[in-house]
Amino acid sequence: MCDQTFLAITFGPCDSCSENPVGRQSRLDGRSQRATKNICSCCSPFCPFPMACQGLASGETLKSLKAESETLRKKLEEERKKLHDVELEKVAEKAEALGELNMKTRRTLKGHGNKVLCMDWCKDKRRIVSSSQDGKVIVWDAFTTNKEHAVTMPTTWVMACAYAPSGCAIACGGLDNKCSVYPLSLDKDENLAAKKKSVAMHTNYLSGCTFTNSDMQILTSSGDGTSALWDVESGQLLQSFHGHSADVLTLDLAPSETGNTFVSGGSDKKANVWDLRSGQNVQSFDTHDSDINCVKYYPSGDAFASASDDSTCRLFDLRADREVSIYSKDSIMFGAASVDFSLSGRLLFAGYNDYTINVWDVLKGTRVAILFGHENRVSSLRVSPDGTAFCSGSWDNTLRVRQEGRGVVRELKQGGTTPYLKNIFLFN
Amino acid sequence: MSTNNNIAQARKLVEQLRIEAGIERIKVSKAAADLMSYCEQHARNDPLLVGVPTSENPFKDKKPCIIL
Repeated sequence: MCDQTFLAITFGPCDSCSENPVGRQSRLDGRSQRATKNICSCCSPFCPFPMACQGLASGETLKSLKAESETLRKKLEEERKKLHDVELEKVAEKAEALGELNMKTRRTLKGHGNKVLCMDWCKDKRRIVSSSQDGKVIVWDAFTTNKEHAVTMPTTWVMACAYAPSGCAIACGGLDNKCSVYPLSLDKDENLAAKKKSVAMHTNYLSGCTFTNSDMQILTSSGDGTSALWDVESGQLLQSFHGHSADVLTLDLAPSETGNTFVSGGSDKKANVWDLRSGQNVQSFDTHDSDINCVKYYPSGDAFASASDDSTCRLFDLRADREVSIYSKDSIMFGAASVDFSLSGRLLFAGYNDYTINVWDVLKGTRVAILFGHENRVSSLRVSPDGTAFCSGSWDNTLRVRQEGRGVVRELKQGGTTPYLKNIFLFN
Repeated sequence: MSTNNNIAQARKLVEQLRIEAGIERIKVSKAAADLMSYCEQHARNDPLLVGVPTSENPFKDKKPCIIL
């Protein structure tokens, strides 16, 4: 004879994760069931739908994960603090004083009809590519100031441009969400636009691009929050880099001797270091108070500098895993848009939205010169490959090539007790 | 389920933090010393720091006098 017991199914929380609902059988006559552990299918080791079940591993809850991330963050802070035994400025007191810095404008490149947004040097140390808001990309010979090539992009706001290592091609992009490569031909009359190749496709504007150590691969950063590595020939995506929580505004590749990493900066105020091959975010720095507009590696590859809308530039050491210097002044109230190091890494050139370029002593943290001359924001700045000059592009539609102005090689003073150079204001 | 998304995000964050917390670090004193020695070694070859002799300068002004 079968004993018909009327069982009802009621719902209660899972005994394991306390979150997911679980149906419990209870007898209608009120007598309790044999005490069995009621666990949801997610917590059960015999979950019939392991793929669909994106739930928690046993023991994990959203709360516990959040708690763990807090603990890890605190641990990160502590580890970094432990090694902060001295300030860079203190160590740099022993460094030789810089003496007088005298920068002169050697060339002014005029020809863009609108704001210059980006520029890059060719490895031959003489050619420059620049891109502007009106969609024009121009290749200049900086020695003669002649325009060698001009391309009109089918988009405005060409925010990124780069010269290929071979000098035989340029890459550029902007509001079209793409990065296009144009091979440069020796024939000046040839229509460059005809040979254009679309390489990168993002879902928002292109903010930065650079070739890796060959013409074959391009690294791009985008307003869609990602960076990506592409094969130029096939246009194939080789690796993508996710981790920024807002637009990625800038990137820089590590100097080739130091391996396969790059650093990116974004509107989320973070600078992230990535491994090119694995796509892994290996280090993250978030001390800036506003968007990071530009990042550049120190020549040795052990550190990088950043320029931000919070009007400061900062130096982050990769091996110490922390910010080691901040380049700022109360009198500087406008955002910094672009930075680059001189060849030895001793000088940091930074272009600002208040139309000036400040030159900083990287080690001592002091400003050694202010350069005037541009009539609008300085949007981009790069030191030439051999370090003899640097070029700045501006919203005043021009580019300026500047150099140390004396015309003779000077000896640097020894000893740390020589007083710092007073600020030199140069109207050139 | 949005809770599943939150969980996935939280798990990713924890894994990322684990990686970052686990890297090898050196003391700032050592890092600073290395930065300084790199600067020192290359300072003499830094044209923006020490200057370029006019005779070798491809950007030299062509005018006979230099206006400062």
